[in-house]
Amino acid sequence: MKPAPFKYYAPQSVPEVLDLLNEYGYDAKVLAGGQSLVPMMNFRLVQPAVIVDINKTPELSYIEPHDKGVHLGAMVRHSQAEKDPLIKEHAPLIHETMPQIATVQIRNRGTIGGSLAHADSSAELVVVTTALDAKFKIQNQKGERLVPAAEFFVGLLTTSMEPEDLLVEVQIPPMPAHSGWSLKEVARRPHDFALMGVAVILTLDKKERCTEARMVYLSAGDGPISAPEAAKLLIGNEITPELITAAAEKAAADEIDPGSDIHATAEFRRHLANVLTRRALEEALQRAKGGN
Amino acid sequence: MENTFELSVTVNGTSYQKVIDPRTLLSDFLRNDLELTGTHVGCEHGVCGACTIILNGDPVRSCLLFAPQVHGQEIITVEGLGTVDDMHPLQDAFREAHALQCGFCTPGFLTTLVPWLEENPNPTEEEIREAVSGNLCRCTGYQHIIDAVKLAAEKMN
Amino acid sequence: MTYKVIGKRVKRVEDPRLLTGGALFVGDVNLPNMLHAAFFRSDYAHAKIKSIDTSLAKEIPGVVGVYTAEDMGEAWEPGPPLVSPPPTLEGVVFNSRRQVPLVKDKVKHAGEIIAVVVAESRYIAEDAVEEIYVDYEPLPAVTNLEKCLEPGHPLVHDDLDSNLAAYLVQNKGDYEAAKKEADLVLKRKFKLDRGAAVAMENRGIVVDWDQKNQHLMIWDTTQSPIPIRNGMAARLGLRTHQVRVVAPFVGGGFGPKIMMFYAEEMVLPWLTMKLNRPVKWIEDRKENFYATTQEREQVQEVEMALSKEGRILGIKQKIIHDTGAFDPYGLTTPLNTQSHSMGGYDVQNYNSELFVVFTNKIIVTPVRGAGRPQGIYVVERMLDIASKELKLDPRDVRRLNFIPKDAFPYNHEIIDQAFVELVLDSGNYLPAYEKALEKIEYDKFVQEEQPRLRAEGKYVGIGVVPFIETTGVGPYEGARVAVEPSGKISAATGVGTQGQSHMTSFAQIIAEELGVEVEDVSLVSGDTAEIHWGTGTFASRGAVVAGNAVLAAASDVRKKVLKLASKILETPEDELELEGGLVRVADIPEKSISLGELAVLANPFRGAVEPGTEPGLESTKYFGPAYGATAFGVHGMILEVDPETMMIKIHKYIAVEDCGTMLNPLVVEGQIHGGVSMGIGNAYYEKLHYDENAQLLNASLADYLIPTSAEMPHIEVYHENTPAPNNKLGTKGVGEAGAIPVPAAFAQALENALPDFNLEITETPLSPNRLYELLYKSEE
Repeated sequence: MKPAPFKYYAPQSVPEVLDLLNEYGYDAKVLAGGQSLVPMMNFRLVQPAVIVDINKTPELSYIEPHDKGVHLGAMVRHSQAEKDPLIKEHAPLIHETMPQIATVQIRNRGTIGGSLAHADSSAELVVVTTALDAKFKIQNQKGERLVPAAEFFVGLLTTSMEPEDLLVEVQIPPMPAHSGWSLKEVARRPHDFALMGVAVILTLDKKERCTEARMVYLSAGDGPISAPEAAKLLIGNEITPELITAAAEKAAADEIDPGSDIHATAEFRRHLANVLTRRALEEALQRAKGGN
Repeated sequence: MENTFELSVTVNGTSYQKVIDPRTLLSDFLRNDLELTGTHVGCEHGVCGACTIILNGDPVRSCLLFAPQVHGQEIITVEGLGTVDDMHPLQDAFREAHALQCGFCTPGFLTTLVPWLEENPNPTEEEIREAVSGNLCRCTGYQHIIDAVKLAAEKMN
Repeated sequence: MTYKVIGKRVKRVEDPRLLTGGALFVGDVNLPNMLHAAFFRSDYAHAKIKSIDTSLAKEIPGVVGVYTAEDMGEAWEPGPPLVSPPPTLEGVVFNSRRQVPLVKDKVKHAGEIIAVVVAESRYIAEDAVEEIYVDYEPLPAVTNLEKCLEPGHPLVHDDLDSNLAAYLVQNKGDYEAAKKEADLVLKRKFKLDRGAAVAMENRGIVVDWDQKNQHLMIWDTTQSPIPIRNGMAARLGLRTHQVRVVAPFVGGGFGPKIMMFYAEEMVLPWLTMKLNRPVKWIEDRKENFYATTQEREQVQEVEMALSKEGRILGIKQKIIHDTGAFDPYGLTTPLNTQSHSMGGYDVQNYNSELFVVFTNKIIVTPVRGAGRPQGIYVVERMLDIASKELKLDPRDVRRLNFIPKDAFPYNHEIIDQAFVELVLDSGNYLPAYEKALEKIEYDKFVQEEQPRLRAEGKYVGIGVVPFIETTGVGPYEGARVAVEPSGKISAATGVGTQGQSHMTSFAQIIAEELGVEVEDVSLVSGDTAEIHWGTGTFASRGAVVAGNAVLAAASDVRKKVLKLASKILETPEDELELEGGLVRVADIPEKSISLGELAVLANPFRGAVEPGTEPGLESTKYFGPAYGATAFGVHGMILEVDPETMMIKIHKYIAVEDCGTMLNPLVVEGQIHGGVSMGIGNAYYEKLHYDENAQLLNASLADYLIPTSAEMPHIEVYHENTPAPNNKLGTKGVGEAGAIPVPAAFAQALENALPDFNLEITETPLSPNRLYELLYKSEE
């Protein structure tokens, strides 16, 4: 399973990358970690004429604190993020997510930016950044813009980026006080793509009523799928087991749109969504109450 | 004009310069261009782990790297871990615990575990199972591999 | 003789090279001037070929040739049948249809080869494959085992009037009469699905035709180099000495690598003789799912008649067995199913009707277990179901039915893969069963642990399943053992190695016999230049058949050594000892001679010898058993299931195994561990998803799920020893044992974990989705 021929570039800086993307447009594919792109090329499912290898650009590997949140360069490797103390302190949901991504060898090469730009609806980071309301900084030759996660993922393996765009930074906002989070997923083997998963963030006020709730699902549709109607059931209320059950049922039955494939039917996925939502909400609630 | 890449790379301490087709997978470069056939190819889609090598200290899948990507970098393959007369303690432990049968997946386990053991000198069985969960083996059921890692950890400390 | 090596946990002599990346696998063979082949494989499972256009492919720089069936001319012929139907059975219907090198008119399974490209690199060859255009007329695919024999169904082979590949009935006693006496007659349908072997090394062949020397060299990942050599020579019109086949280190076989002749094995030699250059083809993982054989798919209807005490009065069975698009391997696999459908139980009445059918899928040949798991699965499931209906303890039901230990040798009267009536040579099932129950702490679990965990909301269950495994079948194997002038021992045998540790365990036999260190024995396997006669590594027979040949040859060398040493040392043979590479006089250890010196003396360079002398200290011997040796065992597991997510975790796993004399316990345990991992895969993870067009939907390791370290429990292995009476070593095979009982034990444990649900498992594999359907949705 050898890839088709291509022209190879290894630019040494971001401006060089942008030049190449501008020149080649749809003919070029950005090579970051390669853990998703190269298998597809080896299967010849994709055959880009030009590969722009951005691994030599030094500017994109930082992890910086920012107002109690964190900004990550797009070329931060998963393994780097996994071990980083800033992320553990300021982005605990990301910290919890990282070990669940694939295997250690994949994490040594795979990048945060690459995973997000690939926009696989089964990728944990896609769903977690959406739940966190992260912002993505995109650059091209003409300038840069900041896109919220909800607008970034637009469809099956599709982002709002154009061929000349490069994702350069991911901005994780700080977790509000009295918040709890949880990521629950079910996979056939621990490192396989999840059959179903959900990232949940709950924020409580001083009376332990819910002020904010976000539930975002993976493997539940063409991109990260949010369940705002289910979330509304929780907001403004004290979260009881009955409410949790109701929210889980609502999200699973009405708000997600999972497909059927060889690993799971849509019906089984909905069933799992119901179960996982309940468990995630319980865990997030515990954490929110316990303080973090 | 031919589409080629002039690659310089250090493998197991030796520097190599080769002119290659840029799409050459690192696994094929090591095996065919450098005749280092200890790194094995099991799937070419990043799942089985037989092709794992150590790039700048980290275990990675060589079937998911194009050879030009390692230009100017340092790689260690299984051949660099030890020789028949002077095996790495982990290799010794694999032999003692019967952690290999056909031996095809073994190089990938070794290159995954050597860096890992350096960072985890006293692992539990659970931790070892997790550490090798990205490497497939069809012969051993993994049990003797886990025994070997425990044995190596004892030896190395 | 006090020097004992057989049965010791000896470290493997082959390991240092394997561990340091210095072992040769077929993919490592790199010859000057070598070309690379890639195949254009059919996307359709069933289609007529209207035209093939290779013109664009031929123009790609670096492409040396693109060939189709037409180009092969007279060299084109289907592969030979490997295994004829058993000659001892009357009324057998067998329609032999064999695979072809390159497809001529009609494609019969997805992945069949339509064209081959030869180029300077594999990369270029694959580029050229993309430029081949085939015009197909798709035909409806045959995939459904139950429907494919209906009149009017599409046919895989147009020259037959149905998809029937074979039919036979095996009968013992009188089932219908037994049924009349029964208190309970149970009838169930079982659906068992396909599984793949998934060795870590894919297949590969390198061929090199030396025109000057008129010699063909073949490196092949085959489990049977000698038959490949014989068949290749015959096909190519060469003498056997003109062909050498080497299976070097092979990265796992598990059955499919014994299939001969794969299409690629028929095409590559033709290419190298035509082009006069070496040609290499290494299968990639995607190809492996389309081009390497699979096994396990059957639909069975099983009826069991029992007394109210749980005694099996008779079993009646209808098996529909899928052989795929061709049937070169004959009836081996389904015969194994039949011979194991009575397990280790004393069943006097058995009637089994076997239909083997063609489908538009890749050929079926044995995969670890080779039909045995299916037999054990149905009998154990039926006994579990019967126990529930009769309200009996499932353990008592087993105990009641085991063949008692004084009934051996026990003639099952069923023909099995050895083409003779299956005689179980020896066995002692009850103690092994009790040991398993004791080691898994069965009573403690069901009386204390399980209720306690239930109360905590955990769903845990236990399953314990006994099984037999026929091993050590003929026809024969051979071994050559020789003492070299250095004093070291060289040996050769025809059974190739794919991880079974032959180089060590056979060396142990020789070392003990000749009093040398294991490391001083160098054994070559898998090279036709080293030994001329043999069949191959399959059916858990290496240790028994080749091992006993090794013993016979080593014993003969020992006799020669003693005879010569006795003369030289002027001492009677019974006063001599072999130890430390020397022959010594028992009470006068200084009076000795080394094996090396003896070897030199045994091969004089000049001078006269006594008439009838054979030179050297060498012997070649063969071992061919009249019937095989039957191993047995009992596996048990305790598992937990989350009834919401359907995720399972195996908390405890024990395996009691009895393979008679063990050559090397480390090796035996490794074989059990590996077999169990495949069994667990077959139970809950491995499923080949074919759609209604016989297209495989999960041809990758990302989607065909084999167990990782995370899925595997710790396995405790316990050994029993009921020596095989019919071979000197007393040994039985154990290569497949691990895989055989697992799906049955898994099903029992899962049902035991979920008593509130009316769960009755009659299929393999399961999966979380399938379990969800079985628990929560009414049966369709």
